[in-house]
Amino acid sequence: MTEHRRWLDRPRNVTRLVRALYLLCGLAFLADLLYRKHPFFAVEHWFGFYAGFGFLVSVSLVLAAKQLRRVLRRDEDYYEPPEPDPDE
Amino acid sequence: MSNPGLVLILGAVLVPLLRGWLRAAWLVLVPVAGLALLWRLPAGTTGGIELFGLALAPLRVDPLSRVFATAFLAAALICLVYGLHLRGPGQPVTTLVYAGSAVGAVLAGDLLTLFVFWELSGIASVFLIWARGTGRSYQAGMRYLTVQVISGLLLLAGIALRVSDGHGLEFVRLGLDGPGEVLILLAIGIKAGFPVLHAWLPDTYPEATVVGAVVLSAFTTKLGIYALARGYPGTELLVWVGAVMTVFPIFYAVIENDLRRVLAYSMINQLGFMVVGVGIGGALGINGAAAHAVADILFKALLFMSMGAVLLRTGTVKGSELGGLYKSMPQTTILCLVGAASISAFPLFSGFATKSMIMEAVGREHRLVVWLVLLFASAGVFHHAGIKIPFFAFFAHDRGWRVAEAPVSMRVAMALAAAGSITIGVAPGWLYRILPYPVDYVPYTVPHVVNQLQLLLLASMAFTVLIRTGLYPPELRSVNLDLEVVYRRLLPGWWGAAVGTAARLRGGFEPPLRRWAAAGVALATRAVRPGGRLALAWSTDAMVWWVTVLLGLLILMALL
Repeated sequence: MTEHRRWLDRPRNVTRLVRALYLLCGLAFLADLLYRKHPFFAVEHWFGFYAGFGFLVSVSLVLAAKQLRRVLRRDEDYYEPPEPDPDE
Repeated sequence: MSNPGLVLILGAVLVPLLRGWLRAAWLVLVPVAGLALLWRLPAGTTGGIELFGLALAPLRVDPLSRVFATAFLAAALICLVYGLHLRGPGQPVTTLVYAGSAVGAVLAGDLLTLFVFWELSGIASVFLIWARGTGRSYQAGMRYLTVQVISGLLLLAGIALRVSDGHGLEFVRLGLDGPGEVLILLAIGIKAGFPVLHAWLPDTYPEATVVGAVVLSAFTTKLGIYALARGYPGTELLVWVGAVMTVFPIFYAVIENDLRRVLAYSMINQLGFMVVGVGIGGALGINGAAAHAVADILFKALLFMSMGAVLLRTGTVKGSELGGLYKSMPQTTILCLVGAASISAFPLFSGFATKSMIMEAVGREHRLVVWLVLLFASAGVFHHAGIKIPFFAFFAHDRGWRVAEAPVSMRVAMALAAAGSITIGVAPGWLYRILPYPVDYVPYTVPHVVNQLQLLLLASMAFTVLIRTGLYPPELRSVNLDLEVVYRRLLPGWWGAAVGTAARLRGGFEPPLRRWAAAGVALATRAVRPGGRLALAWSTDAMVWWVTVLLGLLILMALL
């Protein structure tokens, strides 16, 4: 195919994007130094609570779902034979 | 005819008679006319009539019904524009009747009118599934219709119990005081996707047509939320029901391969936030539920539209088959990202201004456990709807799809929904002004913006780390067991087993029973058959003997 390569097609650029994201995450974590909290709950007073919570629950969610898949997964034709997708 | 719902339903009649530009213009005009009419109607109940001694109020305009009706009419407009590429009149007609009955239902002031529109919306909408025209969609449509009719019957039974208890038909706060109210809550629970009652939603919505899934996503479930907000505000049970709804679907959404089914699960998750808002009640809780319903109608339609465009162009919405579509469908990609940012509640997008009202309501009540559950669900929804949907469809591996961009009408509809989502996010005052109660909440504070960004950025970092390390579960061609297995496998299986057992029992018992019966008949009839004792030619003296004995007995009895 003679199609030109897109910016995202280069792994180096993807790595750059990922590094930029990590940098943003670090800044977001440190942002807790810059403002006064008015929370409803004591846990919100913890430094970087939202950041830590967001990271930890996301990882646990995915890993738990991965384990669930071992129990819940069935073949695609479990309920009925596959059918070709019709045109509208 | 001052009911905007009836305007849509009657507007459907003309659709099959029109072609081309005329039909397109008509399809845009009808919902706009409905909106104009709605906002010219005075607040209050009009057109009340008496039927068999019961007061009917077919049209009630108040702030709660008006905000839902407005959202439904806007959704109808977007859905109809999205379907302008269709040649046949079937789906536009269905959309108008379905949307019109949903509008009629939220504007109903009494339970009987609500029931009529409730059933009509259920029956009309099934054609959006059947329109796909496959055996599979026919079966899915039958399952969908069965569930909707059951919901309607529960509602009717609940209404009958309430009326027989002397409560009348007026649709006001119902509470959970009697069996009638419980039945009505179950009827609503089916529509709103309560846990255990939810299975029909991810089972049947993904089987609808490209346009149908978008239309379905807007009305039925949000009608359920409206009925909850009207009938059961401040019901403690709903806080927990809603909290469960926000959590369990996100696990399914992470491992689901069909991206429209992922959206169906994320819909239950979003409905869960609204149910919690209704359960907390009060001005902020109800405002939050209503505001988030409006936002959800827009961004969920937008996400379903983008996946519909992918389905139309590639013929599949399976994560395992897709990837790299941003090269062929760049505009759809951007519009999908707007929907993803909105459902994830990024600052400047709608979810940030609406979902946070529910979080704030929970916070003000100091419900720590519920609040943590909702925060978990917020990170979860970002994961599957905010990242997974756009990532696996438009980025990830380039699978070599080189297709056309979505049709113009589809892009216009998506742009409308995106504009609505961004408007709510940037200028939430527009939405806050039409909410049921005066709004005492400011979404854009430094802590809220910073905390939300922290949550979302670190959640996306988690996704990135898991993808880069290969720990993220890959998209696989598979289905995952949900409660639909009960009515698609277990119940039919048990029925089959019961029939088989009956047949086996019959095979075991029938031959000996037949033998015994034949032997009994033979024994009983032996005396009268040829050669039997009664069939013999008896001698005359024996006859005389027996007659003498009988006469003797007769005399004896007479003497006694």
